[in-house]
Formats: sequence, C-alpha cells, structure tokens
Amino acid sequence: MPLFDQLYNFAHWLTRNRDEAEDLVQETYVKALRGFSSFQLGTNFRAWMYRILRNTFLTSRTGLKATMTVPLDLEQDGTDLPVDSVTPETIFIERSNTQLMRSTIDELPVYYREILLLCDVEEMSYQEISETLSIPIGTVMSRLSRARRTLRERLRLQFQEGPRPLSAAVASGINYGL
Amino acid sequence: MDCDSLTVKLDTYLDGEFPSEEMRAFDAHVHSCSSCAADSLARLQMKRSVQAAGRRFTPTSNFRQRVERSIAIKPRSSFGVRWMFAAALSILVVASLLATYLGVQRSRRDQVYGEIADLHVAALASSSRVDVVSSDRHTVKPWFQGKIPFAFDLPELQNSEFSLLGGRMTYLDQTPGAHLIYAVRKHEISVFIFQEAALRGKWDERSPVTRELSFSMETWSQGGLRYCVVGDAAATDINSLAELLKSAASS
Repeated sequence: MPLFDQLYNFAHWLTRNRDEAEDLVQETYVKALRGFSSFQLGTNFRAWMYRILRNTFLTSRTGLKATMTVPLDLEQDGTDLPVDSVTPETIFIERSNTQLMRSTIDELPVYYREILLLCDVEEMSYQEISETLSIPIGTVMSRLSRARRTLRERLRLQFQEGPRPLSAAVASGINYGL
Repeated sequence: MDCDSLTVKLDTYLDGEFPSEEMRAFDAHVHSCSSCAADSLARLQMKRSVQAAGRRFTPTSNFRQRVERSIAIKPRSSFGVRWMFAAALSILVVASLLATYLGVQRSRRDQVYGEIADLHVAALASSSRVDVVSSDRHTVKPWFQGKIPFAFDLPELQNSEFSLLGGRMTYLDQTPGAHLIYAVRKHEISVFIFQEAALRGKWDERSPVTRELSFSMETWSQGGLRYCVVGDAAATDINSLAELLKSAASS
C-alpha cells in the first residue's frame, strides 16, 4: 500500500487523534476499493485517494466540528508584503524549533492546515491540490498564500510571546516591524 | 522582471508553478539580485521547515496489517475490481520509484555540474591559477606525466582565437584530473579532463551543452576520458573549443 504512510500522516494532522486517524485511513481504503470502478484511469490516483480521505473526514463528527468556520476564498486577496531582512522565517530557522512549527501548524484552521500539508509535505502540484480539494487553481493559490502568511504571523507572535522572545532580538537590535 | 513582481509571486515561483519561460526569468532575476535571493532563500527554508515538521505521524505495523486484512476480505469487491485496484497501486509504486530514481539522477547531475563550475571559479579566483604556465601544448601536456593516470592530446591553436594559458591538477569526487585554462578574447575557459570510468553516470548525455549558474558548459566522453569545457564565454566559443579538443583527441 504505497500511499499508506502519507495518508495516515495527513489523516492524523486532520483529526489530531490517532484512533480517529486510523479509522479515517481504514475507511478511505475500503471506500476506494468499493468505488474503484468510479476511478477514471488516466486521472490522478493520488489526488483521488486524498479526495476520498478528505471527504470522509469532512463528513465525520470531528471534520464537521473543525470546518464550522468557512474560509473566504477571495481571488483578489491583495499581495504579500515584501519580506523583511529579519523575517519569522529567518528567526525560526535560527532556532530550528520543529516542535514549535508543529504546534503552530496544528493550531491553524483545518482549511489552511490541509493545503499547507498537501503542498509542502506531500509536494502536490497546484493542479493535484485543486483536484484533491475540489477547488479552482486560483483558489488554491490564494488560500495557500493566506495559509503561509497566517503561519508566518503566528510564528512571529510565538517568538514574541515565547519564554525567550527578545533576548537574541534585542541583543542584535532587531525590530520585528509588526 | 523587477523585485516587486517577484515578491508578489515568490511562493508560486518557489513552488515551481510558473511556465518554464517565466521560471527562467525569475531564476535570472534571483541570480542577479541579492535582496530577492535572500527572500527566496528565507521562504524556501520556511517551506523546508514545514515539510520537516509535517512528516510527523507514522502508522503502526498492527494498523497496517488490519487495513490490509480489511481490504483483502471485502466480499463485495469482485476479482476484477480488486485486480485493477492492485494494478493502480502497482503503477503508483513503479511511478514513485521511477520519479525517485530520476530525481536522484538529476540531483547527482546538478551536483557534479555545480562542482565543475566551482572548480572553474575557484581556479580563476586563486592567486596562482595554473601550476604550469605556458602557451605551448608541448610543455603543458608533459607536465601532467606521472601526476594523472591517463594521457590526453591538446589541439593546435595557431589559427584559432583561443590561447592556452597553462594547466593544473584538479580533483572531482576524489578522482584526479587535468585542468587546463584557455583564453578567448577577455574570457577564460576551463577544460577539465577525467577518466570516464571513475565518474560514470554523473553526466547528462542527452544535452551536452548546458547552462549552469550562467556558465556555459559542454561535456562529452571520448577515448575513455570525460571532457568538460566551462566558462562565462558565449556558448559558441565553448562549443568551438570543444570541437578543437575533440579533433585533437581523435587524431
């Protein structure tokens, strides 16, 4: 089962619970097998499997609860601000805190969490993400952009509010420029 | 291409989602603009950090077996459907393996081209660029005798616009080789020669002329030796010098 590990990882991120993730993955495979005749040969098998998993999650109790807040996928979303020389990215990398990154991703709304994971962890193309989430590519781009911006902003706040938020920054005269 | 347009589209660029022509324009801008290069690096590292953090949960072997069993005993699934599902999974495995293999090959190839470019730049930046200083091929070639485990022929340059500046020892992947430096107008071109057997599989034979980090590069195998010509001169100059070397090697 080649997608097994990836689907499980994605399911666990969505459900935030091991037992629910296992149920979700198992149900996904069962549904895939049952509905395989609906799979169109020549289309993307990976996107199809992820779509089944995600749709199953969305109809679960945890999924319904997690998606009570609906994102506004406006195409005209404005532009990203230019990147400062000292950014949450550079600060984060210096501290190399994977745990902090995980908890920050975990706290993102599910519609940001899933698109970020599909793009950066599963390395799906925008087209694949579009098929998986059943949204247009323009929406993939705008939602991904907002997910990344939200992640950066939350990391920035984490660094400012953390136990040693300003020690290095103050020492080097860094202005976070929020 | 300006900095503002890159900043707006930076994430899409780093996700590799632009058409190849636009990607090349972005590449060129990033190579020439230190500010955008720094921004790109920061975003890329952020992307990598998300990737590293995102690979977090691993299923237990018990769970895997449970799912395998649950799929295997499904009574309603006909043999045909199950077979097709297995076939699709198998195709995915093969495709994944192929993609991984091609990715590794490409990564190795990019790495060796990068190393060649590094050797060229490092030699030109060195205070003593060549160990044997001579424009006479009959002086430069014998200098390598006993220093490298092969011999090579150098072209006669009398009627060409190239001139030989000298040579030095070099190493690639712990393999000794010859590094010759030629001049054409104000450009300096490096010619690297190694034993092919020691570096087999690291080169892209389908596209011998490439551009790496704005250097033109041509590589080929001849007589058991791997030649690599690299420099910031025009691709036509690189190719002309390569043709002279090929003629000399085959004569």
